Amino acid sequence: MDFLREFRDSSTVKGILKEIEKPSDTPLNIMEICGSHTHTIMRFGLDELLRGHINFIHGPGCPVCVMPKERIDHAIVLSRQEDIILATVGDMIRVPGSKGSLITERVKGGDIRIVYSPMDVLYIARDNPDKIVVYFAIGFETTTPATAVVMEGCIREEIKNILFHVNHVLVPPPIDAIMASGDVVIDAFIAPGHVSVITGAGVYRPIVEKYRTPMVICGFEPLDVLLGIWMILRQFREQRCEVEIQYKRAVRPEGNLKAQGLINRYLQLRESFRWRGIGDIPLSGMKIKDEFAHLDAEVIFKDLLPCELIDDHRLCKCGEILKGRLKPIDCSVFGTACTPQNPMGACMVSAEGACQAYYKYKQLPNYEH
Amino acid sequence: MSTESFAILLSHGGGGEETWRLIRGLFLKYFSNPILNTLEDSAVVNLNPNAKGDFGGVTPFPLRTRIAFTTDSFTVSPLFFKGGNIGKLAVAGTVNDLSVIGAKPLYLSAGFIIEEGFPYPDLEKIVRGMAEEADSAGIKIVTGDTKVVPKGNADGLFINTSGIGEIIYEGLSSSNLKEGDAIIVSGTVGDHGASILALREEMRFDLDVESDCRCMWDLIEMVLLSGAKVHAMRDPTRGGLSAVLHEWAGQSGMGIEIEEENIPLKAPVRGLCEILGLDPLHLTSEGKVVFAVSEEDSDKVLEIVRSHPAGREAMVIGRVIRNPQKRVISKTSWGTKRPLEPPQGELLPRIC
Repeated sequence: MDFLREFRDSSTVKGILKEIEKPSDTPLNIMEICGSHTHTIMRFGLDELLRGHINFIHGPGCPVCVMPKERIDHAIVLSRQEDIILATVGDMIRVPGSKGSLITERVKGGDIRIVYSPMDVLYIARDNPDKIVVYFAIGFETTTPATAVVMEGCIREEIKNILFHVNHVLVPPPIDAIMASGDVVIDAFIAPGHVSVITGAGVYRPIVEKYRTPMVICGFEPLDVLLGIWMILRQFREQRCEVEIQYKRAVRPEGNLKAQGLINRYLQLRESFRWRGIGDIPLSGMKIKDEFAHLDAEVIFKDLLPCELIDDHRLCKCGEILKGRLKPIDCSVFGTACTPQNPMGACMVSAEGACQAYYKYKQLPNYEH
Repeated sequence: MSTESFAILLSHGGGGEETWRLIRGLFLKYFSNPILNTLEDSAVVNLNPNAKGDFGGVTPFPLRTRIAFTTDSFTVSPLFFKGGNIGKLAVAGTVNDLSVIGAKPLYLSAGFIIEEGFPYPDLEKIVRGMAEEADSAGIKIVTGDTKVVPKGNADGLFINTSGIGEIIYEGLSSSNLKEGDAIIVSGTVGDHGASILALREEMRFDLDVESDCRCMWDLIEMVLLSGAKVHAMRDPTRGGLSAVLHEWAGQSGMGIEIEEENIPLKAPVRGLCEILGLDPLHLTSEGKVVFAVSEEDSDKVLEIVRSHPAGREAMVIGRVIRNPQKRVISKTSWGTKRPLEPPQGELLPRIC
C-alpha cells in the first residue's frame, strides 16, 4: 500500500469535504495539539478548504518550540566543555538561547553533532572513547522511549562515556493548563498521532471529561486530518464526548506497553517544568530517576549549569502563539525581524513550529489567479 | 545578529538562499562584470568578436566566436555510490552545465586534490569512470592538474573540472521565461540526492534508488535541433528543482505555478523524504533537465524527451504565469495553493 498517495487522493479529499461542509452557525474551534498537524493543515491548505466551518487553533505540540532559553543555555555551556561532544536533533541546534545558538557554537569550534536517531549516540560514543557524549534529549512521549533505550544500552554494555540531559515533556499537562486558564475557547481537539502510539488513548480522557471537549487522535496525511474532523463533527451530532482513534493503522487504545515500561524504568516525572511561553506546569516533564543519576548530565555538571530563568524577547509572541491565543501573523516581528534564517523565537525555528508553517505556506498576498 | 558577520557556514554551500547571498554579497562585489553577472550555469564569451572573412565554408574553431565556459568542484561523500562515483559525476556535472546553456560540450580540464594515502586502485576506478563518461558524451579531457596534500588536509579526494563548449542554440537564459511557457522535467527528481543521503553512515537506509548521474547532452541536443522554442534549461543539481524554479522566477520577473501531483518522483525517494522531513524538490538530480518551452511547442518537446531512454518519465509540471511577486506556487490536486519553499539552510553537505 502506498500510504502517501492513498492518503492524499484528491477525489477522497473532495468526498470528505462535502460531508464536513454541512451548514453550521458558527465555525468550530479545533485545536490541533501537535506541530506536525499544523504543518499538514498549512501545507495542504486544509484551513482554506474549511474556512467558515473550522477555525484551527495551533497547539503547543512542538518540542523544540516549548524549550525555554535557559535549557538551550545548558546545551551551550555543555558544548563548551573540553572533551564533550554534544549530540542533539536537527532543529535544536538553531534555536536561540540567551546568547547565540548551538550552530554559532559549532562555528566557534564546539563539537556538536546532529543525530537522526538517539541510537547514533551509541556509535558516536564508541568512535570517540576519550570523549564524553552528552545527549541533549528533547521531545514528547514519542521520542522518550528511544532515549530510554539508549540509557538501557549504556547500562547493559557498561558504556561509560554517555550522559543524558533530559528535556522530555508530556502532552496532557500543557493542554490542561491552557484549558484551565480559560484564555482560549476550544470546542474539540485533534490529538497527536505518534505520541498516542506510545501513550494510548487513555491519557487524554481526564481532559475530555473535565472540559467536555471531543478529541480524535489523527494521522498526519491530509485525509487523516479531514477524517478526524469528520469524526469530531459526528461526536457533536450524536452528542458524544470521548477520545476516538482515527489513526488506527498506528495507534492502539492501550498504547505501546513495552515503550511505557522502558520510560518508567529509567525516567520519572519532574515536580515542575518551565514551558516557553506557558510557564511552570507541575508534573509536565521527565527526568532521570535518582538511581541512574550517574547518567544525568544535569546532576554531574550541576555546578556549571546556569539556573537563571530567561524570558523571551518582549516583541516575540511565541508564548501567546503556543497557548493558541495569537496566530503567527498577529506578531509584529513575524516575517520581518523573525524569519527561519534568523529566528527570534523558537516557533520560527522548527519545521513543526506554527510560525515557520505560516512563513512557508501562508504568504501569497496579491496572487493573481 | 547575522552569523555571516563572522564565518562561513555549511549552508553557504547549499545552493539555497545563503549561497546566493554569498555570491551576490562577496563574489559579485569583487568580480562583477557583464559576463559573470548573468549568473547562468556557464559563461558565454566572445573569443574573437571582430573576426571577419571567408574561410571557404569552414570556420576554424577559434573563430567560431560564441563559446560557453564553466567550472565545478566535486566533494561528494562517499566517493563511490550506486550509479556512479565522484569521477563520473565530475564529468557529467560540468558537461551538463555547458549543455543547459545551449553549448555542445567539447573539452574538459580535470584537477585532482588527493589526500596522502589515498588507495591507487580507487583512484584508477574513478579516473576510468571519468574516461568512460567523457567518451560516451563525445568530449575530451585535454588538460589537468594533480595536488597531493598531507593526510588529514582533505577528505580522500576532491575533483575540479572546467569545460568549454560551442554555443549551438542562442538565447537560453534564466531571465528569458515568457508567460504561458510550459515547465517540463525530463524525469524523476531527487534521485542522486536521495541515494547519497541513504548511504551516509549516520543514516543506514537500504534505499533502492540509484544516482541518476549522467551526461544529458544527447537528450538536450535532440530538443535543441528540433526547432522547438526553448527559453531556458537547467540541470536541477544543488537545491534541486525548487532552486531552479526560484532562480527562474527571480531572474525573469515572472511567477511559476506547478501541479504537485505531476512532479515525477520515485516512490523510495518520496518515502525517504517523508521519514526525514525533507522536500524531494530540494534534493539534487545529476541526470535531469528542466525546460521552459513556449506553450505551443510543449507537446513536441515532451514527445522528443520521452523518446530518449533517459527521458521516459518526463512530465509537464507547470507553467509560467504573470506574477509581480515572482513567486513559485505549488498547487494540490484539490486546488489549494501554497508558495513552494525555496531551499535554505544546511540541506545536505557534500552531495556533489
